[in-house]
This record gives sequence, C-alpha cells and structure tokens, in this order.
Amino acid sequence: MAEVSLKGIKKSYGRVDVIKGVDIHINDGEFVVFVGPSGCGKSTLLRMIAGLEEMTEGILEIGGRVVNELQPKERGVAMVFQSYAIFPHMTVRENIAFGLTIAGASKQEKEQKVAEAARILQMEHLLDRRPSQLSGGQRQRVAIGRAITRKPAVFLFDEPLSNLDAALRMDMRMEIGRLRRQLGTTMIYVTHDQVEAMTLADRIVVLKDGQVMQIGAPMELYHEPANRFVAGFLGAPSMNFLTVDVLDLDGEAATVGNRALEPIRVATRRRPFRKDGKAILGIRPQHLRAVQSGKGMLHGVVAHAERLGSETVVDLTLRDDRELIAAFNEDKIFQPGDALELAFDTALAHLFPEEG
Amino acid sequence: MAFDPDNYGLRLFVRYLVLCLIALIFIFPLVFMINSSFKPDNQLLADTSSLRAFLPVGDISLDNYFGAFRRAPVALFVLNSVLVTGATVLLSLLICSLAAFSFAFLRWKGRDVVLSIVIATLIIPFETIAIPLLLLVSKLPWIGLEGLQWGWLNTYRVQIIPWIADGLTIFLFVQYFKGLPGELIEAGRVEGASWWQVYYRIVMPLSGPVLATAAILKFLVMYNQYLWPLIVVQQENYRPIMVGLGYFFQLNVAWGEVMAYLTLITVPVLIFYLFLQRAFIASIASTGVKG
Repeated sequence: MAEVSLKGIKKSYGRVDVIKGVDIHINDGEFVVFVGPSGCGKSTLLRMIAGLEEMTEGILEIGGRVVNELQPKERGVAMVFQSYAIFPHMTVRENIAFGLTIAGASKQEKEQKVAEAARILQMEHLLDRRPSQLSGGQRQRVAIGRAITRKPAVFLFDEPLSNLDAALRMDMRMEIGRLRRQLGTTMIYVTHDQVEAMTLADRIVVLKDGQVMQIGAPMELYHEPANRFVAGFLGAPSMNFLTVDVLDLDGEAATVGNRALEPIRVATRRRPFRKDGKAILGIRPQHLRAVQSGKGMLHGVVAHAERLGSETVVDLTLRDDRELIAAFNEDKIFQPGDALELAFDTALAHLFPEEG
Repeated sequence: MAFDPDNYGLRLFVRYLVLCLIALIFIFPLVFMINSSFKPDNQLLADTSSLRAFLPVGDISLDNYFGAFRRAPVALFVLNSVLVTGATVLLSLLICSLAAFSFAFLRWKGRDVVLSIVIATLIIPFETIAIPLLLLVSKLPWIGLEGLQWGWLNTYRVQIIPWIADGLTIFLFVQYFKGLPGELIEAGRVEGASWWQVYYRIVMPLSGPVLATAAILKFLVMYNQYLWPLIVVQQENYRPIMVGLGYFFQLNVAWGEVMAYLTLITVPVLIFYLFLQRAFIASIASTGVKG
C-alpha cells in the first residue's frame, strides 16, 4: 500500500499540451477515480503513473519515493486495461501467474497465490481454460486476478468495464467495490462513466482538457460543484443550465429571472456576478417538481416524456423557447403539448458566471 | 430473396471447374517432370508431342535416378542445401524478429530513419551488390577451430551469414508486431517483464503466422540460391543443389537424369511448403486475440 503524489505533472506531444499541470495527492488505501470526457487526459495521467508514458514535467511519487525515472516494473503498480490485455497464448492459470513467473517465484508459491486470487474472484473452475474460451466478464476477472497476485502497492484501472454490457458492468462494478474493501490497497480508476465514479470512489478527480476541474468526495462534487463543467458532468440526466438576468445583488445572494422564470433569490457562493448582467442558473432535473397552475416558478410545455417505471423524464420547451429536462421520481403520464408549471428549492440551485 | 438451389449448384460447378483448370495449369509441369524422370531419353522426347508426356506409360524405370546419382554427388548437394537453408532460416527468424522488435516497440533516436533505410534495401537487386560483397567476404577474418583465417570463400558461412538479415523479413516482422495489441506489451511491462522477456514470452508466441510466412519466403530464396554460391564456392564439398544442376549440362545432356535430379530437389520443397502451410493456417487461428 502506498500514497501517490502528483506534483505539477505536465505532458506534451510536440506542441500539443495534453496534461497542463496536475497536482493530486492520493492517500494510502484510497480509491480515487479520474473522470472526464474523452480526450481530457485521464488515461494519459494513469499511464504516466504506470510508467508507460513519460512525463514532460513534474514529480511523481509512489510511497514517498520519486519514480519519474523508474521502469513500470520498479514502481510497484499493477494495471487492468480496458481491452483486458490477457495473453491469448496462455491459460488462465499462466496468465494470473505471469508476474510471479517473471519474478522467478517457486512453483509452490505460484500455485498458492493463483489459488488465492481464483478464490477471491470466484474463478477456480476456469483456471485451465484459454482466454478464447472465456466471456468478457471472465476475461476481465482474469486481468484483475493477474493484477492482485503480485500484491502491488497501487492498482491502476483503465476503463476496465467499458467493453462489458450493462448488466455485467454493474456486477463487475460491485465486484471491484468488494475487492477494494477486501484488499484495502490504493486504487486509481479511470472512467468516463459517472455512475462508476460516483459509486466506487472515495474521491473523484474531474478532468477537462488536461486540467483538474475539481477534486472531492462524490456527494461533495454532486451537491457543491466548483464550476459549470463539473455540475454538468455529474448526475444523470445532466443539470439544466438556463441563461438568466441578474436583477439584483445583495451580499450572499442574487435575484435572477428571465421570460420563463419568475424572479428568485439564489446564493452566489462567492462567485462574481454583475447587476444587470447575465448568469447561468443550474437546476438538477431531479430537483424540479410539477405544481398547480399559478404556483410555478418555471413555465413550459411538454415536448416529450419518457416513462421509466420508477422515474418519468420530461423534456419541456420553456416560454423563452429553451429546453429543460425534469425528472420526477414517480410514474406519471404526460402528453406532448401539456402545459406544465415547475417549482424547485432555490437552495439546491447553482448560479455560475456566464463565462463558465 | 428466394433461394434457387439449381442456380447455386451451377455456380458451384463453374467455380470448381475454373479452380480445377487453374490447378491443372500449375500441376502440369510438375507432372511432366515427375513422369519424365522415369522414362528413357528417347521415349521422353517422343512423348512430348502427345499427352503421354503427362502419363507414366511406356518403359518406366528408376534408371534415371541411378544415373543422376552416378553423375553427381546428389546426396552431398542436398545435404549442403538443407544445411545452409536450415541454418539461414533459423538465424534469420531470430535476428530479423529481434531487429523488428526494436523497430516496433523500443524508442530510440533515429529509429524511423534506420527503418526506412532497411526497407529501402528491398529495391536493390542482389546482382548489383554481388561483386562488392564477393570482394568483402573474400577478405573477412574468421576465428574457427584452426585459429584465425582470412577469407570466407568455400565455406558454409559464406552462404549463410550474408543472407540472414534482409529488409523484407524485417519489414514483415515490423508490420506484424505493429499489429499486435499494444496493451499486451504494456501489460507485460507493468507485470515486470524486461524487454527480452516481452520478446520471448509474449511477442514470439503470438507471432506464428509471420514466423511461418518469413520461414517460407526465406526457405525459397535459400533453397533456390544459384548466383551467390556459384561465385563464392569453387569446391564441390560446399556446393548446393542448384549449382549442382550444372553437372547435368556438361557434354551430353541426359534429360531423363535432369528430370530425376529436379524431382529429387523439388519434392522435398513441396512437402516442406505443404507442412508449413498447415502450420500457417493453424497459427492464424490460434492468435485470435479478440474473441
């Protein structure tokens, strides 16, 4: 087990800066998820920690030791890849024991550790099979088995569940959570799937264009996003953003409104706003509720509705022709064209400066 | 769309007919060679005007084979060729795959330029470098059991070493290696494998198809060597089969014996090719990385 510390990490390919100075400290035994859209640099960051990519600038420490110049094998890390990367010419047993074989472990030690990994991952019956005889989920389990036998200080997961179908993904997600509790090792996990990030992480690092947007516990990021990007990235359906006019400013709050929104007071959270300027109001679809006519803050017409059983997601066209998504946690029937008034708790709304 | 079995049957029939015709065109010379090798010269020449040339009819015997063995040390030539070809193929697979591994996976300054130069050697015909190469090998030192010697002429090594590394084989390996999933190599590295271990534990076991292809190509080149051994080997002891063919064209040409000799040196190649072709298909099937 070990701490991982990234200090001023930068990476450039020629003139293109992919990682633009990242500082992250990961505690011993912590499960940290790097999340962000495609091309945000999250995988590159992970590969730099693994030693598969060179850093252009910065210091990387694992277990208090600077590892910038060390080969992957000297860093004490194990990695699980998106494509599983299990060796097709070896049996499951040989795959799991690969790291131990390379390290020159005795036959007895290998057998014992392979048996232990197989027990943890419930795949004792698969040991003599070849990868071509395994399903996607089983292959990923072999890849995880190969990673855990060497007892690494840090586990690195590079989108390990992306190639699995939805049902299997949920099973494997739970399995990774269980594995984490069992092993207690530091884990760094890269994904673009916010559900994985929210459910697995102790802390989430949200990245965009090679920069850290926010670091924090999942609920902290969900409830107190530092900026519009984080607010929009976490949560499904994503947060609604409405362009509003700042009608008044007083200390900690601003009064905002537009053609579709009655004037409301929203906390500014120390962000800079200008009276008579524009601002972006963020409201989560789940925070909206339908109210009787005349009592709503937002006025719109139903454009489309999706009934999911436990939830109803409604796409509305507001009075100012902008779109808004509302998610009600009950099964309701809406017809396109229905007029709808919505209200929400203004304490749960977020106000962002117009430029981001 | 309705399925018309008659039409399908006809299409299948035509397809097989065409394939059979093509196969016949390719097989005719071989059949002629093998059949003629059992016939006396006068019958062989008389038969060429009819389809009998392709049939084992008339005065059939093994006399031509005995004659061929009397005229030239066939066994020695075959042994020399097998030895030179076998050694070159094995060394070539090793050396060229190592070079290609470096081009495909290792990062070093000037790598791409060097690879371009290696590939550019493909367009240089051997005939243009034969004489400079001859001058070079005639002066090269060698430390053997008899101590230091100068000049490589009249040896096995002169037939082997210059042919081990070549642009085509390296290029074949590089292309194949670049097609292997990069994550397998990275997984090996993260699991603690050195580059050498990545080479022989991961990359080579997955390289069946390219090994088979490279081996076949190199085998054909080496087994058919003529010009190079002709100029660097003057002694019979080291002479390979193709140069040995010259023995049959001195004074009176005995076509039956020529055919017998050609049969002797061709059939092993065909067997080798068929054998490797099977391995070739099997290895492609076994490297299905994604299932």
